[in-house]
Amino acid sequence: MVTQAYAQEAETPTEENLDTAIDATHGEGVDAHDPTADTHTGTEAHYDDGHSDVFPPFDPATFPSQLLWLAISFAALYLLMSKVALPKVGSTLEKRQATIDADLAAADADRQKTDAAIASYEKALAEAKAKAQSIAAQSRDAIQADLAQKRGAAETDLATKVSAAEARIAETKTAALAHVDEIAVETAQAVVGQIVGTVSPDSVRAAVAKVKG
Amino acid sequence: MAGTDPIHQFVIYDLFPIHLGDEAAGTALNLSFTNSALFMVVTVAVLTGFMVLSASRSALVPSRFQLAGELTYSFVANMLRSSAGKEGMKFFPFVFSLFGFVLVANLLGMFPYFFTVTSHIIVTAALALLVISVVILYGFFRHGIKFLKLFVPAGVPAYVLPIVVPIEIISFLSRPISLSVRLFGNILAGHITLKVFSGFVVSLGALGALGWLGALLPLIMTVAITALELLVAVVQAYVFAVLTSMYLNDAVHPSH
Amino acid sequence: MDVEAAKMIGAGIATLGMAGAALGVSNIFANFLSGALRNPSAAPSQTGNLIFGMAMTEALGIFSFLVALILLFVA
Repeated sequence: MVTQAYAQEAETPTEENLDTAIDATHGEGVDAHDPTADTHTGTEAHYDDGHSDVFPPFDPATFPSQLLWLAISFAALYLLMSKVALPKVGSTLEKRQATIDADLAAADADRQKTDAAIASYEKALAEAKAKAQSIAAQSRDAIQADLAQKRGAAETDLATKVSAAEARIAETKTAALAHVDEIAVETAQAVVGQIVGTVSPDSVRAAVAKVKG
Repeated sequence: MAGTDPIHQFVIYDLFPIHLGDEAAGTALNLSFTNSALFMVVTVAVLTGFMVLSASRSALVPSRFQLAGELTYSFVANMLRSSAGKEGMKFFPFVFSLFGFVLVANLLGMFPYFFTVTSHIIVTAALALLVISVVILYGFFRHGIKFLKLFVPAGVPAYVLPIVVPIEIISFLSRPISLSVRLFGNILAGHITLKVFSGFVVSLGALGALGWLGALLPLIMTVAITALELLVAVVQAYVFAVLTSMYLNDAVHPSH
Repeated sequence: MDVEAAKMIGAGIATLGMAGAALGVSNIFANFLSGALRNPSAAPSQTGNLIFGMAMTEALGIFSFLVALILLFVA
């Protein structure tokens, strides 16, 4: 297995060759943040100059090419990601977040508006109720006052009528009482005239008054 | 033999040879466009295509495809924000590129006959060293000499510091090694295991009817390992990105 | 002893390091499960830490694999 030739490159550089090779890679300035500066110090220990049957991942002959193309492709990837792809995705995400926030804010504003409308409606309702109550109380008071006034008027009217009637009654009574004497005199005169003959009305009157005492 | 050789899948060969320097003069330099380079470019193309296409409609109510891109975006963004805070978000394109590159490279490598970019230590080491250099450079740029407080944990008595500080420095220096070797080793080991088990299928199948029956077992194993490797591909990309975020957090907030 | 044979033996011995990684990873998952069963509501928030710890532990097993590879192909 070990004797098999894996590397297909015809030449395998010696250690000195590789040092100059890597330095040459650097001389070309592949990339600003190329980390290969430290690489050769780390991997130099594994060098096995003259072996053509090295394990491919440990074959230093392939290192310069891999480093160069890694630097090129990674730099390209970094540029593409940082300048093209990521800002686009980031702006999409930000836009979505902004839209969600704006929608939430609008929904919140709408809810507040609704709350305000409900509050103003309730206020108006309460006002209307209070107004209705006050109107009812007012009209009740007015009616009661009117009623009281009319009743008072009726009562006084009634009272005058009653007192007038009473006065008339008393008058009639006294008049009647006064007539009673005359009736008694006439009756007595008539009775006496039937029994004893004609008597003078004066004597009858005196006798009645005497009886009446 | 090449069909069942578990190492053959990692061989790099030239597609467009670019040989610089003079071999005789000892300055030979092979910068050829290899199969590895091809798959790096494919990785970049796939990731960029995915992100750009998914973001192209930018609808308010996303389609499934758009949502996939946005979920990837917010997944990495949340990971970075929770590890490195709001200040660390300036590294978001960097972390996203790393995560996406490793993830897509790992997943592309799961296709048969495809080359796995991350199965080569030089690639993972370059990425890890890139992360650590960004951490060190930004740390010193942002905090100056105060960045060295990273190695002095707060609240540790002065007489313990001679022990603690070297440990912290060693642990810091071992970060790029563990970061690169973890990714490399996982991918390499997974692919070798897959190839070994599928090799068993081939070699048992050559034995005739009984061999066909026996080949069922490694076949089932291959299917199971493929599923495991898909998980490992995603988990390793996630771990790479999480560790990058945590190391960047050290650069942003050095005193811990 | 032949150097090639010694390399093979060394690589085989190096793979024993994976046993440690296996213990570590199983320990992590066992503790996660027992914790998650006690407090299932807190478990989803800790899956990130679980994966992270698994990856950290597994890396050490990968190191022994790497040592085996280096012995076989590089050393």
